[in-house]
Amino acid sequence: MTTTKRRTGNEAQSETIQQPAAIVHPERNPGMPLDMEWVSRVHINRSAVERRAATMSTRRTVKKEWQAAWLLRAITCIDLTTLAGDDTPGNVLRLCAKARQPVRPEILQGLGANSLNVQVGAVCVYHNLVPVAVEALRGSDIPVAAVSTGFPAGQNPMEQKLAEIDASVKAGAAEIDIVISRAHVLTGNWQALYDEVRAFRLACGDAHMKTILATYELATLRNVGMASLVCMMAGADFIKTSTGKEPVNAVLPVGIVMVRAIRDYYEQTGFKVGFKPAGGIRSAKEALDWLILMKEELGNDWLHNTLFRIGASGLLSDIERQLSYFVTGHYAAAHYNPMV
Amino acid sequence: MNVMDIFATMEYGPAPESAAPALQWIKERQPFGLFINNQWVTPASGQYIDSINPANGKALAQVAAANSADVDAAVAAARTAFETWGKTPGHVRARYMYAIARHIQKHSRLLAVLEALDNGKSIRETRDLDIPLVARHFYYHAGWAQLMSSELPGYEAVGVVGQIIPWNFPLLMMAWKIAPALAMGNTVVLKPARYTSLTALKFSEIMQEVGLPPGVVNILTGEASQVGEALVRHPDVNKIAFTGSTDVGRSIRRATAGSGKKLSLELGGKSPFIVFDDADLDSVVEGVVDAIWFNQGQVCCAGSRLLVQEDIADTLINKLRVRMEKLRLGDPLDKAVDMGAIVSPGQLKEIQRLVAQGVEEGAVMWQPSWACPTEGYFFPPTLFTNVAPSTSIAQVEIFGPVLVSMTFRTPAEAVALANNTRYGLAASVWSENINLTLDIAPRLKAGSVWINCTNMFDASSGFGGYRESGFGREGGKEGLYEYVRPAWEAQGKAQHAIVTNGAATSGEKTFEGMQSIAPEDDDEQTNEHSAWPANGGNGTTDLLPPIDRTPKLFIKGKQVRPDSGYSRDIVDPQQRVIGQVGEGNRKDIRNAVEAAHAASGWTNGTTHNRAQILYYIAENLAIRENEFARRIAQQTGRPLVDASGEVEVAISRLFSYGAWADKFEGVVHRPPLRGVVLAMNEAIGVIGMACPNEYPLLGFISLVAPAIAMGNTVVVIPSQQSPLSATDFYQVFETSDLPAGVVNIITGDRDTLCQVLADHDDVDAMWYFGSAEGSKLVELASAGNMKRTWVNYGHLRDWLEAEQGEGEEFLRESTQVKNIWVPYGE
Repeated sequence: MTTTKRRTGNEAQSETIQQPAAIVHPERNPGMPLDMEWVSRVHINRSAVERRAATMSTRRTVKKEWQAAWLLRAITCIDLTTLAGDDTPGNVLRLCAKARQPVRPEILQGLGANSLNVQVGAVCVYHNLVPVAVEALRGSDIPVAAVSTGFPAGQNPMEQKLAEIDASVKAGAAEIDIVISRAHVLTGNWQALYDEVRAFRLACGDAHMKTILATYELATLRNVGMASLVCMMAGADFIKTSTGKEPVNAVLPVGIVMVRAIRDYYEQTGFKVGFKPAGGIRSAKEALDWLILMKEELGNDWLHNTLFRIGASGLLSDIERQLSYFVTGHYAAAHYNPMV
Repeated sequence: MNVMDIFATMEYGPAPESAAPALQWIKERQPFGLFINNQWVTPASGQYIDSINPANGKALAQVAAANSADVDAAVAAARTAFETWGKTPGHVRARYMYAIARHIQKHSRLLAVLEALDNGKSIRETRDLDIPLVARHFYYHAGWAQLMSSELPGYEAVGVVGQIIPWNFPLLMMAWKIAPALAMGNTVVLKPARYTSLTALKFSEIMQEVGLPPGVVNILTGEASQVGEALVRHPDVNKIAFTGSTDVGRSIRRATAGSGKKLSLELGGKSPFIVFDDADLDSVVEGVVDAIWFNQGQVCCAGSRLLVQEDIADTLINKLRVRMEKLRLGDPLDKAVDMGAIVSPGQLKEIQRLVAQGVEEGAVMWQPSWACPTEGYFFPPTLFTNVAPSTSIAQVEIFGPVLVSMTFRTPAEAVALANNTRYGLAASVWSENINLTLDIAPRLKAGSVWINCTNMFDASSGFGGYRESGFGREGGKEGLYEYVRPAWEAQGKAQHAIVTNGAATSGEKTFEGMQSIAPEDDDEQTNEHSAWPANGGNGTTDLLPPIDRTPKLFIKGKQVRPDSGYSRDIVDPQQRVIGQVGEGNRKDIRNAVEAAHAASGWTNGTTHNRAQILYYIAENLAIRENEFARRIAQQTGRPLVDASGEVEVAISRLFSYGAWADKFEGVVHRPPLRGVVLAMNEAIGVIGMACPNEYPLLGFISLVAPAIAMGNTVVVIPSQQSPLSATDFYQVFETSDLPAGVVNIITGDRDTLCQVLADHDDVDAMWYFGSAEGSKLVELASAGNMKRTWVNYGHLRDWLEAEQGEGEEFLRESTQVKNIWVPYGE
């Protein structure tokens, strides 16, 4: 394809592709009254969604420079996460160091990307470790995210959940990843779900709220679609697939349903809600698949960490390995890349 | 582009699949010869033609241009090979076919790249769809080779099969043709499309690699006018299988008419894509992409007519436009394009012409804003709104990436719009309401119905058309019957049929038989003559003339006078006139066809009800057994005991089809997906039928009973020579609760009436059991609306024998298989 000619006139040119490099923070979603008429119109055909998921990454791919650039972008969208019972200040400090310098300088050099100041989207920890992370990231503009509201099961009393949010915000968390009460979805009590998430949002104040649906436990894709809408109506800044603790976490079919709900919400209200797949995303290839999903279904605005995050920990290592290959032409041993 | 820039813009870049190995493969071999007897042969003409890469318009390779001499050589090779291949045990054939499947997989990438280069379709499609389906097809049919002896007892290979395939899925269409043919023990001469021969040539190499016996598969490249034409007309070819345009299919139907060649045709389409307001609209959008922008819309079953429920039309069209902006079109070997090139400049011009015509007709055209390559043959995805059903773009198969959309208000209107086409290949129905979709699917005139999906193919599930989209199925057990014939037919033990009155028109007619039509007295059984004396033996009617009986025509459940006002004499073997029947004409046929259509309630009724009525007909025939026996004897001159035998078989046959009515069931295919494919045996519709001259009652029952058992309605021309058994049958029908119009009977000149029926575009199938000339006439005339035909080419069959006179062959001719794809999962 050596030559191409634009078929259409100037009017079409204005809406084409060159995006401004500057990141524009979207206006925050204020939420809206629960609209059950809209929620009940959600129709999801699982087989069709799965077909779309299966072909998403066979229809699109990026190679060479494009792949390297996309992987760098993926890094900026990572919520670098540790959520384990044995977390201590020690491993959280290490995580924060990696968050500031996710790629070896010589690789960035090789990519010609030193000036990008690549760093991850956020560091995500339990409440107890928020102060450690906040301290470790001081001076960077990397936000700290705290999982909250009885994460991961969300089976605590409501007052405790609200208190937990409040405590994390006070401790310096700029982002709160809340979990919804799955029971509200499974019993069809959408009003209760709306009220709960609305209350969380108020408790978050200026902190951005990511709403974890724990999609595996919602049982059906239609539930996922309906819950996505209700959470956005209640004021979610992001909707997020999973806690990482369910048997199945971020998978593309679920992602497709959620991003389509985001698109629907944007078309109806004009507010852009972010999306965060979390759990199970371990390879660079998977990260690219999720970026492709965002670009195809939502557009380039959703390729920034203002509207897209990947909740992961091990992913970064694989991306670094791929970038190293691109720069050096051979595969690096795992121990060549600084561990997380 | 540097990494920093791309990081900022996040655009896609080139992702080319290397063409080098494929180009090297071509370079080492071209110019390509013909593949005959497992050898590469120089074409008789010495001529070669260029195969063009449509993505850049440049020549890729030179392939041989075969002519009729090459066709003769290939057919001869296939004939010789058939002598042994046809007798090769199924297990041995299965081993070869298994090996073919394995080799397809081994060479999968080379095949995928060759296909993309040659055809212009995207590497994604060739890699992920075409080639895997090809391998699957050979695996699946290797299984049928293995199972043939146990699963198709009583059937044999047809012989040498000529196969002609299109350019849109070159290797896949070849697999669809070759796999079932080889599995059933046939040998093949195949002509790839003029533009796309390369994968067929690689396939030829695979035949050598697996050591397939020479002559089993022969590949002839070249021009349709040379190779296709010669193959179709070749006297030693037993069957033609063709996929391509309806126009060419029609000319093949005409060219083979009367030749006795078996024929399967998979032709064009203008398939509806129906969207109800409770569908998952985002998934619908992807469905449309798969329906009409798959393979640049160059798909016979492409969902090219979008029918949307009115209340969601604007929403859906907006979503579609947004999606179309994101489609990527370009180098077919780029792994990140959705659409490649149109196959040829001619095809591109045709698309452009039809699109221009659509605009002229007042439809609103929309194309995405992005640029389309100017080198090579590309056409952007195109959406028409404001389309009236009467416009050409709504009726004509465009065979390009052009979608026309219309709206409907109700399910009934959706069905009406969907069926408002000459074609009937496929349909797609989208709704989250399973009740609605399963209600719609059987009402669509289409061989494949995809519920909440589209363009789904698998070897396990038959594919093929209704109406002018052709006949025959490819895939599934239903597809195997295209490549076999009943063993009794192959063995030539057609008949010890009694043929009487061969020279019925010679000699002088007398009218003495007229006075004794169908005497009512059972005492007459002993009389050995067919024409009964005017004075019955019992003495009571000595002085009274018999009451005249005037058989009329039987239309819409009523006995009606023939439009012509003429009658024809019916004579016995002694040339005595034994009755007069109406001289049916064109208008009577017209009325009968209308009546048959009006009786569609029969088709939609329950099989239980149809069974009950067939039994009831048998019951009422049994009551009048003697009368019918005497009538047969009278007409044919056969001994009464013999005639009684015919009646008894007829009664048994009615019972057989009463039994079959609720037992000739479809199957549930299990392709590799979460879901089922329901292969339903559906009635064909209105069947015209000409009954054999011999066996005036049994011949009539043997044809009518299976047809109506399966839910068809019929227009019957009874035995021209001996129609009185059929006309006597009016009363049996009338007393058996058979709804009006299900069976319509027109007496008269068989071949004249058949011509009218075969010409009639609202008759869906035509059966003919008469002369060789008449068979040809029927096949020729049926090409008009591509009606299914079943003719005897003048050969007799033994109607008394169950093997020849009843059973699954009749039921299959009475039905067409609709495959309804139902993926599931919440």
